[in-house]
Amino acid sequence: MTPRELDHYADVQLLPGKAAIAKLVVLLAVLAVLPFVVPGYRIFTLNYMAVFVIVGLGLSILVGDTGQVSLGHAGFMAIGAYTSVLAMTELGAPFLIALPAAGLVSAFFGFLLGLPALRLDGPYLAIATLGFGLAVTLIIGHGSFFGGHMGLVVPDAYLGPIPLSGDISHYFLIVGIAVVLALAARNLSVTRVGRAFRAIRDSPIAAETMGVDVAYYKTLSFTVSAAFAGIAGSLLALMNGFISPGVFSVTLSLMFLAMVVFGGLGSIAGAVLGSLVMGYVNLRMDAVQEIPIFGPMLQNFSDAYMSPSGLPNVGWVLTGSMIMLTIMFEPRGLYGVWLRIEDGVRWLRRRGASDGPAAGTG
Amino acid sequence: MLLQIVASGLSSGSIYALVALALVITYKTTGVPNFAQGEMAMFSAFVAYVLIVDYNVGFVVAFGAALVFAFVLGIGFEGVFLRRTKNPTHLNLIIMTLGFQLALFGLAGWRWGADQRRFPFPVSANEVVHFGNVTVSTLSLATISIALVLMAAVFAFFRFTKLGVAMQATQQDAMAARINGVPARAVVALTFGISSVIGAVAALLTAPLITLDPTLMWDPLLKGFAAAVLGGMNTPIGAVLGGYLLGIVENLFGAYVSVEFKSAVAFLIIVIVLWFRPVGLFGRKPPRKV
Repeated sequence: MTPRELDHYADVQLLPGKAAIAKLVVLLAVLAVLPFVVPGYRIFTLNYMAVFVIVGLGLSILVGDTGQVSLGHAGFMAIGAYTSVLAMTELGAPFLIALPAAGLVSAFFGFLLGLPALRLDGPYLAIATLGFGLAVTLIIGHGSFFGGHMGLVVPDAYLGPIPLSGDISHYFLIVGIAVVLALAARNLSVTRVGRAFRAIRDSPIAAETMGVDVAYYKTLSFTVSAAFAGIAGSLLALMNGFISPGVFSVTLSLMFLAMVVFGGLGSIAGAVLGSLVMGYVNLRMDAVQEIPIFGPMLQNFSDAYMSPSGLPNVGWVLTGSMIMLTIMFEPRGLYGVWLRIEDGVRWLRRRGASDGPAAGTG
Repeated sequence: MLLQIVASGLSSGSIYALVALALVITYKTTGVPNFAQGEMAMFSAFVAYVLIVDYNVGFVVAFGAALVFAFVLGIGFEGVFLRRTKNPTHLNLIIMTLGFQLALFGLAGWRWGADQRRFPFPVSANEVVHFGNVTVSTLSLATISIALVLMAAVFAFFRFTKLGVAMQATQQDAMAARINGVPARAVVALTFGISSVIGAVAALLTAPLITLDPTLMWDPLLKGFAAAVLGGMNTPIGAVLGGYLLGIVENLFGAYVSVEFKSAVAFLIIVIVLWFRPVGLFGRKPPRKV
């Protein structure tokens, strides 16, 4: 046990030590070079994954830290997307205003949904949030103001004088926001608020006796989480150029939950990793036959035994199986696997160290 | 007019009641709602469809086979997946059911595509029966009566058979039941089997009403949840009454307020009930333990 792990002030620092700063610098450098290295049509994929990461970070705060389940995050995302598009088309607001507005409006709805959540335990909350997600798409789909089932076209956006068109400019905007929000989420998680969240997750009653305002922090958790999803929705609208209620289906909400579960509940790194993997799976499964080797095999199998048109559904089979296996074998997800590898390496080292002198005396 | 609305409300309410009952009996056993319930039922309906259309099997045999399939699927889900959950918190169990739901949904979509198929059924939705000035389709009539018979059978089973009582005991306190010689694990698996069969019956009655595709049970499942919340997640009878109530209220809303937002009634009811009376209309508040 090193002294650093016992030091509160080191614990709550955003970037503990030089190693963390170095890691961040390397990461930023890689992210800055990436769009110029990968083929142009892949940048869209990267943007999509980055949007997923933003939702994943928010959902990780709610599910992983606070232990509240949400099956309606696609609803928050829809609220964010429609707010920013309508703010631009109806009010003529610039994108720089529309984006935070999306986060704020979505956060407000998160606050509203968080209120009944105060009285509800996990199972009831899951049902309520599921209903919320469905209600949002239902209302959007029937309102002519929202473009109905046909959806809305997203207007051209400008960041001051710079036009936000083309995948590369979207990339820097979306990934930049994702990095900032990841740091914000980490900061929230390691400081007072995050500790309160985890105390509530582990035992609401115990947390209350220790002076944690359960009602306040539960609602806060919902609000923050919804704000993340709202911002992600606004960015998704920007990069897609088009939004419709069908985009924000219940299955998308389940996909969001799947990615934080798969990555590892309650860790920022896990949320990011899980979102990247699941975002990639989600996007690639629409054209699964294009994946080398594996794709044609699946295509043949599909032609022989399954329906030829149903092939993209492989993605759902994969997603569902992945989270079931995660819960069955490593509930801490990818992050847990990483911890195990670290433990293993440490154990090997220690054994190597103790073996050395023993061999010398013998 | 009003009687007509209530009559069609009872018909859709029958399906909600069945789904709610299926949800509640497993909820009482595990403490989590089974989100895979709808997809398990949908899959069973597809089994019946394949037997009837592709293999020209008679209705009775095909439906029987679908119910047997549902029973095995329920037991299998509990025994192979749910029981193996490493750290069975509520959250993890809910995620398990969601994972199973996604996997089944994907499998069905992969195998049968998104085509909307007409589901063959011995009773037609177009022939009608007149009761005074109330008109009911023969399918609705069949739905209402089948649901009533099945639910009566389930309640009789719980009340009057040794196995049923053992199930109730396990739901109340698994540990105490085991001490008294109830094979609790087998009973839990059996509960899932029975629940899955009830859900499958609901799916078989829903499919001829609309068309058969992998999203068949999405709407009935949400309605079933709403019904269960309305009546009380801890009381099977309350959940069933909640189902009928929801069917009627929804139809009244559709007739007098707005047809477009009829589906939103279920969500509204969930919110209102959870806000004012989280245990449901007929439920009792369970004691809270630290």
